[in-house]
Amino acid sequence: MNAFRYAQAHDAASALATMASDPGAAYIAGGTNVVDLMKDDVVRPTLLVDITRLPMRGIDTLPDGGVRLGALATMSEVADHAAVAARFPAVAQSLLLSASPQLRNMATIGGNVMQRTRCAYFRDVSQACNKRVPGSGCAAISGVNRQHAVVGGSKQCICTHPSDLAVALLSADAIVHVRGRSGDRAIPIDRFHVLPGTTPQRETVLERGDLITAVELPATASARTSFYLKVRDRASYEFALVSVAASLDVRAGTVRAARLALGGVAPIPWRSHDGERALVGKPANAGTFAAAAQAATRGMRGYGQNDFKIALAQRAIVRALSQVGAPS
Amino acid sequence: MSVPRMTRRRFLRRAALPTIAASLGLGEPRLSAAAAAVASITVLPAQGPGAIPVALTVNGRVYELRIEPRVTLLDTLRERLALTGTKKGCDQGTCGACTVLVDGRRTNACLTLAVMVQGKAVTTIEGLADGNRLHPMQAAFIEHDGFQCGYCTPGQILSAVALLSEKRPTDEASVREWMSGNICRCGAYPNIVAAVRSVAGQNA
Ligand SMILES: Cc1cc2nc3c(=O)[nH]c(=O)nc-3n(C[C@H](O)[C@H](O)[C@H](O)COP(=O)(O)OP(=O)(O)OC[C@H]3O[C@@H](n4cnc5c(N)ncnc54)[C@H](O)[C@@H]3O)c2cc1C
Ligand code: FES
Ligand code: FES
Repeated sequence: MNAFRYAQAHDAASALATMASDPGAAYIAGGTNVVDLMKDDVVRPTLLVDITRLPMRGIDTLPDGGVRLGALATMSEVADHAAVAARFPAVAQSLLLSASPQLRNMATIGGNVMQRTRCAYFRDVSQACNKRVPGSGCAAISGVNRQHAVVGGSKQCICTHPSDLAVALLSADAIVHVRGRSGDRAIPIDRFHVLPGTTPQRETVLERGDLITAVELPATASARTSFYLKVRDRASYEFALVSVAASLDVRAGTVRAARLALGGVAPIPWRSHDGERALVGKPANAGTFAAAAQAATRGMRGYGQNDFKIALAQRAIVRALSQVGAPS
Repeated sequence: MSVPRMTRRRFLRRAALPTIAASLGLGEPRLSAAAAAVASITVLPAQGPGAIPVALTVNGRVYELRIEPRVTLLDTLRERLALTGTKKGCDQGTCGACTVLVDGRRTNACLTLAVMVQGKAVTTIEGLADGNRLHPMQAAFIEHDGFQCGYCTPGQILSAVALLSEKRPTDEASVREWMSGNICRCGAYPNIVAAVRSVAGQNA
Protein backbone atom coordinates (compact mmCIF):
# COMPACT_ATOMS: atom_id res chain seq x y z
CA MET A 1 0.00 0.00 0.00
CA ASN A 2 1.27 3.48 -0.86
CA ALA A 3 1.77 6.01 1.92
CA PHE A 4 -0.95 8.66 2.11
CA ARG A 5 -2.16 11.58 4.18
CA TYR A 6 -5.31 11.31 6.27
CA ALA A 7 -7.93 13.90 7.12
CA GLN A 8 -11.10 13.54 9.15
CA ALA A 9 -14.13 15.49 7.97
CA HIS A 10 -16.76 16.94 10.31
CA ASP A 11 -18.87 18.74 7.74
CA ALA A 12 -19.60 18.11 4.09
CA ALA A 13 -18.34 21.49 2.87
CA SER A 14 -14.82 20.99 4.13
CA ALA A 15 -14.82 17.40 2.88
CA LEU A 16 -15.61 18.74 -0.61
CA ALA A 17 -13.00 21.49 -0.34
CA THR A 18 -10.39 18.99 0.78
CA MET A 19 -11.16 16.67 -2.13
CA ALA A 20 -10.75 19.63 -4.46
CA SER A 21 -7.42 20.57 -2.87
CA ASP A 22 -5.67 17.35 -3.93
CA PRO A 23 -6.31 15.55 -7.25
CA GLY A 24 -5.19 12.29 -5.64
CA ALA A 25 -7.64 12.49 -2.73
CA ALA A 26 -10.38 9.88 -2.16
CA TYR A 27 -13.16 9.45 0.35
CA ILE A 28 -13.12 6.57 2.78
CA ALA A 29 -16.27 5.35 4.53
CA GLY A 30 -16.38 1.70 5.70
CA GLY A 31 -13.08 1.12 3.92
CA THR A 32 -14.01 -2.44 2.91
CA ASN A 33 -13.45 -1.73 -0.77
CA VAL A 34 -10.96 1.10 -0.86
CA VAL A 35 -8.54 -0.37 1.72
CA ASP A 36 -8.69 -3.74 -0.02
CA LEU A 37 -7.85 -2.17 -3.40
CA MET A 38 -5.10 -0.03 -1.86
CA LYS A 39 -3.38 -3.11 -0.48
CA ASP A 40 -3.05 -4.43 -4.02
CA ASP A 41 -1.98 -1.04 -5.44
CA VAL A 42 -5.08 -1.00 -7.66
CA VAL A 43 -5.86 2.45 -6.29
CA ARG A 44 -3.22 4.72 -4.75
CA PRO A 45 -4.84 7.77 -3.16
CA THR A 46 -2.46 10.42 -1.87
CA LEU A 47 -4.98 11.64 0.70
CA LEU A 48 -7.86 9.80 2.36
CA VAL A 49 -10.75 11.96 3.50
CA ASP A 50 -12.52 10.08 6.30
CA ILE A 51 -16.23 10.88 6.03
CA THR A 52 -17.43 8.54 8.77
CA ARG A 53 -18.04 11.35 11.28
CA LEU A 54 -20.33 13.30 8.96
CA PRO A 55 -23.93 13.46 10.19
CA MET A 56 -25.46 11.31 7.47
CA ARG A 57 -25.97 7.94 9.09
CA GLY A 58 -29.68 8.15 9.92
CA ILE A 59 -32.44 6.00 8.45
CA ASP A 60 -35.61 8.08 8.27
CA THR A 61 -39.08 6.88 7.42
CA LEU A 62 -40.91 9.36 5.22
CA PRO A 63 -44.58 10.22 5.77
CA ASP A 64 -45.61 9.05 2.29
CA GLY A 65 -44.28 5.53 2.90
CA GLY A 66 -40.76 6.00 1.62
CA VAL A 67 -37.50 5.64 3.53
CA ARG A 68 -34.37 7.78 3.34
CA LEU A 69 -31.08 5.97 3.97
CA GLY A 70 -28.19 8.16 5.07
CA ALA A 71 -25.12 7.44 2.94
CA LEU A 72 -23.21 6.34 6.06
CA ALA A 73 -25.88 3.95 7.31
CA THR A 74 -24.24 0.53 7.36
CA MET A 75 -25.52 -2.42 5.37
CA SER A 76 -26.37 -4.10 8.72
CA GLU A 77 -28.34 -1.14 10.00
CA VAL A 78 -30.41 -0.90 6.83
CA ALA A 79 -31.00 -4.68 6.63
CA ASP A 80 -32.15 -4.71 10.28
CA HIS A 81 -34.48 -1.72 9.89
CA ALA A 82 -38.11 -2.81 10.25
CA ALA A 83 -39.53 -0.24 7.82
CA VAL A 84 -37.03 -1.18 5.11
CA ALA A 85 -37.85 -4.88 5.47
CA ALA A 86 -41.60 -4.20 5.41
CA ARG A 87 -41.74 -1.62 2.63
CA PHE A 88 -38.77 -2.66 0.47
CA PRO A 89 -38.26 -6.40 0.96
CA ALA A 90 -35.89 -6.77 -2.02
CA VAL A 91 -33.59 -4.10 -0.57
CA ALA A 92 -33.37 -5.80 2.83
CA GLN A 93 -32.94 -9.22 1.23
CA SER A 94 -30.18 -8.02 -1.10
CA LEU A 95 -28.24 -6.74 1.91
CA LEU A 96 -28.68 -9.90 3.98
CA LEU A 97 -27.39 -11.92 1.03
CA SER A 98 -24.29 -9.70 0.68
CA ALA A 99 -20.78 -10.16 2.04
CA SER A 100 -20.65 -11.26 5.72
CA PRO A 101 -22.07 -9.97 9.02
CA GLN A 102 -18.70 -8.38 9.81
CA LEU A 103 -18.39 -6.63 6.45
CA ARG A 104 -22.00 -5.47 6.60
CA ASN A 105 -21.26 -3.84 9.98
CA MET A 106 -18.49 -1.80 8.34
CA ALA A 107 -19.73 -1.16 4.81
CA THR A 108 -21.95 1.82 4.07
CA ILE A 109 -24.76 2.41 1.60
CA GLY A 110 -22.82 5.14 -0.23
CA GLY A 111 -19.71 2.97 -0.47
CA ASN A 112 -21.76 0.03 -1.65
CA VAL A 113 -23.10 1.70 -4.77
CA MET A 114 -19.60 3.08 -5.47
CA GLN A 115 -17.73 -0.23 -5.05
CA ARG A 116 -15.48 -1.32 -7.91
CA THR A 117 -15.71 -4.49 -9.96
CA ARG A 118 -14.33 -7.77 -8.58
CA CYS A 119 -12.82 -8.64 -12.01
CA ALA A 120 -9.58 -10.50 -11.23
CA TYR A 121 -7.73 -8.62 -13.98
CA PHE A 122 -8.79 -5.26 -12.59
CA ARG A 123 -7.53 -6.35 -9.18
CA ASP A 124 -4.15 -7.59 -10.47
CA VAL A 125 -1.80 -4.76 -11.47
CA SER A 126 0.32 -7.10 -13.59
CA GLN A 127 -2.61 -7.62 -16.00
CA ALA A 128 -4.05 -5.53 -18.81
CA CYS A 129 -7.16 -3.64 -17.76
CA ASN A 130 -8.63 -0.59 -19.48
CA LYS A 131 -10.53 0.36 -16.36
CA ARG A 132 -7.37 0.54 -14.24
CA VAL A 133 -4.99 1.74 -16.95
CA PRO A 134 -6.92 3.20 -19.90
CA GLY A 135 -5.56 1.89 -23.19
CA SER A 136 -3.81 -1.15 -21.71
CA GLY A 137 -6.35 -3.65 -23.05
CA CYS A 138 -8.84 -6.08 -21.51
CA ALA A 139 -7.36 -9.39 -20.44
CA ALA A 140 -10.78 -10.81 -19.61
CA ILE A 141 -12.21 -10.86 -23.13
CA SER A 142 -9.88 -13.70 -24.14
CA GLY A 143 -9.09 -14.80 -20.59
CA VAL A 144 -10.84 -16.42 -17.66
CA ASN A 145 -14.26 -14.83 -18.03
CA ARG A 146 -16.65 -17.08 -16.17
CA GLN A 147 -17.66 -14.17 -13.90
CA HIS A 148 -17.97 -11.63 -16.68
CA ALA A 149 -20.72 -9.73 -18.46
CA VAL A 150 -23.13 -11.13 -21.03
CA VAL A 151 -24.71 -7.75 -21.78
CA GLY A 152 -23.65 -4.11 -21.68
CA GLY A 153 -19.94 -4.76 -22.13
CA SER A 154 -17.75 -3.23 -24.81
CA LYS A 155 -14.52 -4.07 -26.64
CA GLN A 156 -12.80 -2.23 -23.80
CA CYS A 157 -14.40 -3.89 -20.77
CA ILE A 158 -16.69 -6.83 -19.92
CA CYS A 159 -16.58 -6.64 -16.14
CA THR A 160 -19.60 -7.12 -13.91
CA HIS A 161 -20.81 -4.76 -11.22
CA PRO A 162 -20.65 -6.52 -7.86
CA SER A 163 -23.29 -4.69 -5.82
CA ASP A 164 -26.39 -6.64 -4.80
CA LEU A 165 -27.92 -3.58 -3.19
CA ALA A 166 -27.74 -1.51 -6.38
CA VAL A 167 -29.74 -4.16 -8.25
CA ALA A 168 -32.45 -4.08 -5.58
CA LEU A 169 -32.40 -0.27 -5.65
CA LEU A 170 -33.31 -0.44 -9.35
CA SER A 171 -36.43 -2.39 -8.45
CA ALA A 172 -37.34 0.36 -5.98
CA ASP A 173 -36.79 3.42 -8.22
CA ALA A 174 -34.27 4.69 -5.66
CA ILE A 175 -32.86 8.20 -5.85
CA VAL A 176 -29.23 8.98 -5.02
CA HIS A 177 -28.76 12.34 -3.32
CA VAL A 178 -25.42 13.95 -4.06
CA ARG A 179 -23.66 17.06 -2.86
CA GLY A 180 -21.12 18.59 -5.21
CA ARG A 181 -19.16 21.79 -5.44
CA SER A 182 -22.02 23.47 -7.28
CA GLY A 183 -24.76 22.28 -4.98
CA ASP A 184 -27.09 19.35 -4.36
CA ARG A 185 -28.68 17.08 -6.95
CA ALA A 186 -30.83 13.97 -7.04
CA ILE A 187 -29.96 11.18 -9.47
CA PRO A 188 -32.33 8.30 -10.22
CA ILE A 189 -30.45 5.05 -9.61
CA ASP A 190 -31.04 3.88 -13.19
CA ARG A 191 -29.06 6.89 -14.41
CA PHE A 192 -26.33 6.66 -11.77
CA HIS A 193 -24.02 3.97 -13.20
CA VAL A 194 -22.73 4.27 -16.77
CA LEU A 195 -21.77 1.62 -19.31
CA PRO A 196 -18.05 1.21 -20.05
CA GLY A 197 -18.14 2.06 -23.79
CA THR A 198 -14.73 3.47 -24.65
CA THR A 199 -14.19 4.94 -21.16
CA PRO A 200 -14.42 2.03 -18.71
CA GLN A 201 -12.56 4.06 -16.09
CA ARG A 202 -15.73 6.14 -15.71
CA GLU A 203 -18.32 4.17 -13.74
CA THR A 204 -20.92 6.64 -12.52
CA VAL A 205 -22.23 10.10 -13.44
CA LEU A 206 -20.55 11.55 -10.34
CA GLU A 207 -17.83 14.15 -10.77
CA ARG A 208 -14.64 13.73 -8.74
CA GLY A 209 -15.29 14.86 -5.20
CA ASP A 210 -19.07 14.52 -5.34
CA LEU A 211 -20.37 13.23 -2.02
CA ILE A 212 -23.34 10.88 -1.78
CA THR A 213 -25.40 12.09 1.18
CA ALA A 214 -28.39 9.72 1.06
CA VAL A 215 -30.25 7.11 -0.96
CA GLU A 216 -33.99 7.62 -0.99
CA LEU A 217 -36.48 4.82 -1.42
CA PRO A 218 -39.72 6.42 -2.61
CA ALA A 219 -43.08 4.80 -1.98
CA THR A 220 -44.05 3.10 -5.25
CA ALA A 221 -46.92 0.86 -6.25
CA SER A 222 -44.78 -2.25 -6.54
CA ALA A 223 -41.91 -1.91 -4.05
CA ARG A 224 -43.77 -3.66 -1.20
CA THR A 225 -44.15 -6.76 -3.32
CA SER A 226 -40.52 -7.24 -4.28
CA PHE A 227 -38.06 -10.08 -4.05
CA TYR A 228 -34.31 -10.52 -4.45
CA LEU A 229 -32.90 -13.81 -5.69
CA LYS A 230 -29.15 -14.42 -5.69
CA VAL A 231 -27.48 -17.40 -7.37
CA ARG A 232 -23.84 -18.03 -6.46
CA ASP A 233 -21.12 -20.66 -6.20
CA ARG A 234 -21.59 -21.20 -2.48
CA ALA A 235 -24.45 -20.70 -0.06
CA SER A 236 -23.16 -17.53 1.60
CA TYR A 237 -20.32 -14.95 1.68
CA GLU A 238 -20.02 -14.91 -2.11
CA PHE A 239 -20.77 -12.54 -4.97
CA ALA A 240 -23.59 -13.29 -7.42
CA LEU A 241 -23.19 -15.25 -10.62
CA VAL A 242 -26.64 -13.98 -11.47
CA SER A 243 -29.15 -12.13 -9.33
CA VAL A 244 -32.64 -10.80 -9.91
CA ALA A 245 -34.60 -8.05 -8.21
CA ALA A 246 -38.25 -8.10 -9.18
CA SER A 247 -41.13 -5.98 -8.01
CA LEU A 248 -44.68 -6.33 -9.26
CA ASP A 249 -47.95 -4.52 -8.70
CA VAL A 250 -50.58 -7.11 -9.56
CA ARG A 251 -54.28 -6.20 -9.44
CA ALA A 252 -57.07 -8.62 -10.28
CA GLY A 253 -54.50 -10.97 -11.76
CA THR A 254 -53.02 -8.37 -14.10
CA VAL A 255 -49.57 -6.83 -13.81
CA ARG A 256 -50.05 -3.06 -13.47
CA ALA A 257 -46.44 -2.09 -12.81
CA ALA A 258 -43.16 -4.01 -12.86
CA ARG A 259 -39.49 -3.52 -12.20
CA LEU A 260 -37.01 -6.14 -13.29
CA ALA A 261 -33.28 -5.79 -12.62
CA LEU A 262 -30.36 -8.18 -12.93
CA GLY A 263 -27.00 -8.46 -11.20
CA GLY A 264 -23.88 -10.36 -12.24
CA VAL A 265 -24.63 -9.99 -15.95
CA ALA A 266 -23.44 -6.49 -16.88
CA PRO A 267 -20.83 -3.82 -16.02
CA ILE A 268 -23.63 -1.91 -14.29
CA PRO A 269 -26.61 -3.01 -12.23
CA TRP A 270 -28.85 -3.94 -15.16
CA ARG A 271 -32.43 -2.77 -15.46
CA SER A 272 -34.36 -4.68 -18.10
CA HIS A 273 -36.91 -2.36 -19.69
CA ASP A 274 -37.65 -5.10 -22.25
CA GLY A 275 -38.48 -7.54 -19.47
CA GLU A 276 -40.69 -4.97 -17.76
CA ARG A 277 -42.59 -4.26 -20.99
CA ALA A 278 -43.25 -7.97 -21.40
CA LEU A 279 -44.93 -7.97 -17.97
CA VAL A 280 -47.08 -4.84 -17.83
CA GLY A 281 -50.69 -5.37 -18.84
CA LYS A 282 -50.29 -9.15 -18.93
CA PRO A 283 -51.79 -11.79 -16.63
CA ALA A 284 -49.47 -12.64 -13.74
CA ASN A 285 -48.84 -16.25 -14.71
CA ALA A 286 -46.08 -18.64 -15.70
CA GLY A 287 -46.43 -17.92 -19.41
CA THR A 288 -45.96 -14.20 -18.89
CA PHE A 289 -42.98 -14.76 -16.62
CA ALA A 290 -41.31 -17.04 -19.18
CA ALA A 291 -41.90 -14.45 -21.90
CA ALA A 292 -40.39 -11.75 -19.68
CA ALA A 293 -37.33 -13.95 -19.11
CA GLN A 294 -36.92 -14.34 -22.86
CA ALA A 295 -37.34 -10.63 -23.47
CA ALA A 296 -34.91 -9.71 -20.71
CA THR A 297 -32.14 -11.94 -22.05
CA ARG A 298 -32.60 -11.33 -25.79
CA GLY A 299 -29.34 -10.08 -27.26
CA MET A 300 -27.18 -11.36 -24.41
CA ARG A 301 -23.99 -13.10 -25.49
CA GLY A 302 -21.26 -14.88 -23.62
CA TYR A 303 -17.50 -15.05 -24.06
CA GLY A 304 -17.15 -18.80 -23.67
CA GLN A 305 -16.87 -19.56 -19.99
CA ASN A 306 -19.81 -17.36 -19.03
CA ASP A 307 -22.32 -18.57 -21.65
CA PHE A 308 -24.19 -20.41 -18.89
CA LYS A 309 -25.25 -17.11 -17.36
CA ILE A 310 -27.90 -16.54 -20.02
CA ALA A 311 -29.91 -19.67 -19.27
CA LEU A 312 -29.25 -19.14 -15.57
CA ALA A 313 -30.62 -15.60 -15.79
CA GLN A 314 -33.76 -16.82 -17.57
CA ARG A 315 -34.49 -19.39 -14.88
CA ALA A 316 -33.68 -16.97 -12.09
CA ILE A 317 -36.05 -14.38 -13.57
CA VAL A 318 -38.90 -16.90 -13.76
CA ARG A 319 -38.27 -18.01 -10.20
CA ALA A 320 -38.10 -14.46 -8.83
CA LEU A 321 -41.25 -13.37 -10.68
CA SER A 322 -43.13 -16.47 -9.56
CA GLN A 323 -42.12 -15.75 -5.98
CA VAL A 324 -43.32 -12.17 -6.04
CA GLY A 325 -46.25 -12.50 -8.43
CA ALA A 326 -47.78 -15.68 -7.10
CA PRO A 327 -51.55 -15.21 -6.81
CA SER A 328 -52.31 -14.92 -3.10
CA MET B 1 2.78 5.82 26.48
CA SER B 2 6.37 7.03 26.27
CA VAL B 3 5.57 8.94 23.10
CA PRO B 4 5.82 12.75 23.42
CA ARG B 5 2.30 14.10 23.04
CA MET B 6 1.15 16.99 20.97
CA THR B 7 -2.16 18.47 22.03
CA ARG B 8 -4.98 18.22 19.53
CA ARG B 9 -5.33 21.99 19.31
CA ARG B 10 -1.64 22.53 18.70
CA PHE B 11 -1.66 19.86 16.05
CA LEU B 12 -4.69 21.29 14.27
CA ARG B 13 -3.17 24.75 14.31
CA ARG B 14 0.11 23.57 12.87
CA ALA B 15 -1.50 21.37 10.24
CA ALA B 16 -4.28 23.71 9.19
CA LEU B 17 -2.57 27.04 8.67
CA PRO B 18 -0.73 26.42 5.41
CA THR B 19 -3.75 24.75 3.79
CA ILE B 20 -6.15 27.51 4.76
CA ALA B 21 -3.74 30.07 3.41
CA ALA B 22 -3.42 28.08 0.20
CA SER B 23 -7.15 27.85 -0.27
CA LEU B 24 -7.61 31.56 0.38
CA GLY B 25 -4.91 32.31 -2.15
CA LEU B 26 -7.18 30.72 -4.74
CA GLY B 27 -10.01 33.07 -3.95
CA GLU B 28 -9.10 35.73 -6.49
CA PRO B 29 -11.71 37.76 -8.47
CA ARG B 30 -12.94 35.46 -11.26
CA LEU B 31 -14.36 32.66 -9.06
CA SER B 32 -18.10 32.05 -9.20
CA ALA B 33 -20.06 32.70 -6.02
CA ALA B 34 -20.40 28.97 -5.32
CA ALA B 35 -16.72 28.33 -5.90
CA ALA B 36 -15.80 31.28 -3.71
CA ALA B 37 -18.04 29.93 -0.98
CA VAL B 38 -16.24 26.59 -1.20
CA ALA B 39 -12.81 28.21 -1.34
CA SER B 40 -13.52 30.09 1.86
CA ILE B 41 -14.35 26.81 3.61
CA THR B 42 -11.48 25.26 5.47
CA VAL B 43 -9.51 22.59 3.72
CA LEU B 44 -9.21 19.94 6.41
CA PRO B 45 -5.91 19.54 8.22
CA ALA B 46 -4.26 16.36 7.01
CA GLN B 47 -1.87 14.12 8.91
CA GLY B 48 0.81 11.79 7.62
CA PRO B 49 1.99 10.17 5.46
CA GLY B 50 4.62 9.54 8.17
CA ALA B 51 3.82 8.29 11.65
CA ILE B 52 1.14 10.26 13.49
CA PRO B 53 -0.16 10.05 17.05
CA VAL B 54 -2.97 7.50 17.35
CA ALA B 55 -4.71 6.61 20.62
CA LEU B 56 -6.39 3.22 20.68
CA THR B 57 -8.59 1.69 23.36
CA VAL B 58 -8.13 -2.06 23.31
CA ASN B 59 -9.64 -4.34 25.93
CA GLY B 60 -10.24 -1.35 28.18
CA ARG B 61 -6.67 -0.08 28.05
CA VAL B 62 -5.59 3.08 26.23
CA TYR B 63 -2.48 2.85 24.06
CA GLU B 64 -0.84 5.98 22.66
CA LEU B 65 1.13 5.10 19.58
CA ARG B 66 2.77 6.68 16.58
CA ILE B 67 1.79 4.88 13.39
CA GLU B 68 1.34 5.74 9.74
CA PRO B 69 -2.24 6.29 8.56
CA ARG B 70 -1.94 3.26 6.27
CA VAL B 71 -1.44 0.75 9.10
CA THR B 72 -4.42 -1.54 9.67
CA LEU B 73 -5.94 -2.31 13.04
CA LEU B 74 -4.92 -5.94 12.53
CA ASP B 75 -1.23 -5.12 12.05
CA THR B 76 -1.32 -2.66 14.94
CA LEU B 77 -2.75 -5.25 17.30
CA ARG B 78 -0.30 -7.93 16.28
CA GLU B 79 2.91 -6.01 15.55
CA ARG B 80 2.71 -3.06 17.92
CA LEU B 81 0.59 -4.23 20.84
CA ALA B 82 1.73 -7.87 20.77
CA LEU B 83 -1.90 -8.96 20.87
CA THR B 84 -1.36 -11.87 18.51
CA GLY B 85 -4.61 -13.65 19.34
CA THR B 86 -6.21 -11.84 16.41
CA LYS B 87 -5.14 -13.77 13.31
CA LYS B 88 -4.28 -12.78 9.76
CA GLY B 89 -5.70 -15.24 7.26
CA CYS B 90 -6.38 -13.52 3.95
CA ASP B 91 -5.77 -9.84 4.77
CA GLN B 92 -8.59 -8.95 2.35
CA GLY B 93 -11.87 -9.47 4.15
CA THR B 94 -12.58 -12.96 2.86
CA CYS B 95 -11.94 -15.21 5.87
CA GLY B 96 -12.90 -13.63 9.20
CA ALA B 97 -9.77 -14.74 11.10
CA CYS B 98 -9.15 -11.10 12.05
CA THR B 99 -12.62 -10.54 13.57
CA VAL B 100 -12.63 -8.20 16.57
CA LEU B 101 -15.40 -6.16 18.21
CA VAL B 102 -15.42 -2.40 17.65
CA ASP B 103 -17.92 -0.74 19.99
CA GLY B 104 -19.40 -4.22 20.34
CA ARG B 105 -19.85 -4.80 16.61
CA ARG B 106 -17.96 -7.55 14.82
CA THR B 107 -15.48 -6.08 12.40
CA ASN B 108 -12.71 -7.29 10.08
CA ALA B 109 -9.54 -5.74 11.54
CA CYS B 110 -7.64 -6.34 8.28
CA LEU B 111 -9.79 -3.81 6.38
CA THR B 112 -9.89 -1.29 9.23
CA LEU B 113 -7.35 1.53 9.43
CA ALA B 114 -6.18 1.95 13.02
CA VAL B 115 -6.38 5.73 12.75
CA MET B 116 -10.13 5.41 12.11
CA VAL B 117 -11.01 3.54 15.33
CA GLN B 118 -9.72 6.21 17.69
CA GLY B 119 -12.32 6.90 20.35
CA LYS B 120 -13.91 3.49 19.87
CA ALA B 121 -13.62 0.45 22.13
CA VAL B 122 -11.84 -2.50 20.52
CA THR B 123 -12.25 -5.96 22.05
CA THR B 124 -9.95 -8.80 21.01
CA ILE B 125 -9.88 -12.42 22.10
CA GLU B 126 -7.40 -11.44 24.83
CA GLY B 127 -10.07 -9.20 26.38
CA LEU B 128 -12.89 -11.72 26.54
CA ALA B 129 -12.06 -13.72 29.65
CA ASP B 130 -12.74 -12.31 33.10
CA GLY B 131 -9.36 -12.80 34.70
CA ASN B 132 -8.91 -16.57 34.81
CA ARG B 133 -12.60 -17.20 34.14
CA LEU B 134 -13.18 -17.98 30.48
CA HIS B 135 -16.01 -16.29 28.65
CA PRO B 136 -18.87 -18.82 28.26
CA MET B 137 -18.24 -18.90 24.50
CA GLN B 138 -14.58 -19.78 25.02
CA ALA B 139 -15.57 -22.53 27.44
CA ALA B 140 -18.16 -23.85 24.98
CA PHE B 141 -15.60 -24.08 22.15
CA ILE B 142 -13.42 -26.21 24.42
CA GLU B 143 -16.35 -28.27 25.64
CA HIS B 144 -17.61 -28.96 22.09
CA ASP B 145 -14.15 -29.28 20.53
CA GLY B 146 -14.97 -26.41 18.18
CA PHE B 147 -11.57 -26.33 16.45
CA GLN B 148 -8.69 -28.37 15.12
CA CYS B 149 -5.65 -26.20 14.33
CA GLY B 150 -7.22 -23.24 16.17
CA TYR B 151 -6.21 -20.58 13.68
CA CYS B 152 -9.74 -19.39 12.92
CA THR B 153 -10.89 -19.81 16.52
CA PRO B 154 -10.39 -16.32 18.00
CA GLY B 155 -12.35 -14.85 15.09
CA GLN B 156 -15.03 -17.53 15.38
CA ILE B 157 -15.45 -16.88 19.09
CA LEU B 158 -15.75 -13.10 18.75
CA SER B 159 -18.16 -13.52 15.86
CA ALA B 160 -20.24 -15.95 17.93
CA VAL B 161 -20.32 -13.56 20.89
CA ALA B 162 -21.60 -10.85 18.52
CA LEU B 163 -24.16 -13.20 16.96
CA LEU B 164 -25.75 -13.61 20.39
CA SER B 165 -25.60 -9.92 21.31
CA GLU B 166 -27.25 -9.15 17.95
CA LYS B 167 -30.03 -11.56 19.01
CA ARG B 168 -29.89 -13.58 15.80
CA PRO B 169 -31.95 -16.76 15.58
CA THR B 170 -30.03 -19.79 16.82
CA ASP B 171 -31.51 -22.72 14.92
CA GLU B 172 -28.76 -24.64 13.13
CA ALA B 173 -29.28 -23.11 9.67
CA SER B 174 -29.36 -19.58 11.09
CA VAL B 175 -26.19 -20.09 13.11
CA ARG B 176 -24.44 -21.34 9.97
CA GLU B 177 -25.62 -18.31 7.99
CA TRP B 178 -24.80 -15.78 10.71
CA MET B 179 -21.37 -17.39 11.24
CA SER B 180 -20.64 -17.50 7.50
CA GLY B 181 -18.19 -14.62 7.75
CA ASN B 182 -15.76 -16.96 9.50
CA ILE B 183 -14.14 -19.62 7.36
CA CYS B 184 -12.60 -22.71 8.99
CA ARG B 185 -10.08 -24.47 6.80
CA CYS B 186 -10.15 -27.46 9.14
CA GLY B 187 -13.89 -27.79 8.67
CA ALA B 188 -14.76 -27.80 12.35
CA TYR B 189 -18.17 -26.34 11.51
CA PRO B 190 -20.45 -28.97 13.13
CA ASN B 191 -18.71 -28.51 16.47
CA ILE B 192 -18.55 -24.72 16.14
CA VAL B 193 -22.30 -24.63 15.51
CA ALA B 194 -22.86 -26.89 18.52
CA ALA B 195 -20.74 -24.63 20.72
CA VAL B 196 -22.59 -21.49 19.67
CA ARG B 197 -25.99 -23.11 20.13
CA SER B 198 -25.09 -24.43 23.56
CA VAL B 199 -24.31 -20.92 24.80
CA ALA B 200 -27.51 -19.62 23.22
CA GLY B 201 -29.48 -22.23 25.19
CA GLN B 202 -27.66 -21.29 28.33
CA ASN B 203 -28.62 -17.65 27.88
CA ALA B 204 -32.25 -18.37 26.99
C1 LIG C 1 -14.91 -10.41 0.93
C2 LIG C 1 -15.95 -9.45 0.45
C3 LIG C 1 -17.19 -9.93 0.03
C4 LIG C 1 -18.17 -9.04 -0.41
N1 LIG C 1 -19.36 -9.53 -0.85
C5 LIG C 1 -20.30 -8.66 -1.34
C6 LIG C 1 -21.55 -9.13 -1.82
O1 LIG C 1 -21.83 -10.33 -1.80
N2 LIG C 1 -22.43 -8.22 -2.31
C7 LIG C 1 -22.15 -6.89 -2.34
O2 LIG C 1 -23.01 -6.11 -2.77
N3 LIG C 1 -20.99 -6.42 -1.89
C8 LIG C 1 -20.06 -7.28 -1.39
N4 LIG C 1 -18.86 -6.80 -0.94
C9 LIG C 1 -18.54 -5.40 -1.17
C10 LIG C 1 -18.96 -4.50 -0.05
O3 LIG C 1 -20.37 -4.48 0.04
C11 LIG C 1 -18.40 -3.11 -0.37
O4 LIG C 1 -17.00 -3.19 -0.23
C12 LIG C 1 -18.93 -2.06 0.55
O5 LIG C 1 -20.33 -1.93 0.42
C13 LIG C 1 -18.28 -0.71 0.29
O6 LIG C 1 -18.72 0.21 1.27
P1 LIG C 1 -17.65 0.95 2.21
O7 LIG C 1 -18.41 1.90 3.06
O8 LIG C 1 -16.79 -0.03 2.91
O9 LIG C 1 -16.85 1.73 1.08
P2 LIG C 1 -15.35 2.27 1.03
O10 LIG C 1 -14.42 1.14 0.81
O11 LIG C 1 -15.10 3.18 2.16
O12 LIG C 1 -15.48 3.13 -0.30
C14 LIG C 1 -15.71 2.53 -1.56
C15 LIG C 1 -15.68 3.61 -2.63
O13 LIG C 1 -16.79 4.48 -2.49
C16 LIG C 1 -16.37 5.82 -2.29
N5 LIG C 1 -17.33 6.38 -1.34
C17 LIG C 1 -17.67 5.86 -0.14
N6 LIG C 1 -18.66 6.58 0.42
C18 LIG C 1 -18.95 7.59 -0.44
C19 LIG C 1 -19.89 8.67 -0.43
N7 LIG C 1 -20.74 8.86 0.60
N8 LIG C 1 -19.91 9.52 -1.49
C20 LIG C 1 -19.07 9.34 -2.54
N9 LIG C 1 -18.16 8.33 -2.60
C21 LIG C 1 -18.10 7.46 -1.57
C22 LIG C 1 -14.95 5.73 -1.81
O14 LIG C 1 -14.20 6.85 -2.19
C23 LIG C 1 -14.45 4.49 -2.54
O15 LIG C 1 -14.08 4.83 -3.85
C24 LIG C 1 -17.89 -7.66 -0.44
C25 LIG C 1 -16.66 -7.18 0.00
C26 LIG C 1 -15.69 -8.05 0.45
C27 LIG C 1 -14.38 -7.52 0.91
S1 FES D 1 -7.62 -11.64 7.64
FE1 FES D 1 -9.30 -10.27 7.74
S2 FES D 1 -10.87 -11.38 6.78
FE2 FES D 1 -9.14 -12.67 6.46
S1 FES E 1 -9.70 -24.84 13.36
FE1 FES E 1 -8.24 -24.79 11.75
S2 FES E 1 -9.03 -23.23 10.50
FE2 FES E 1 -10.62 -23.53 11.89
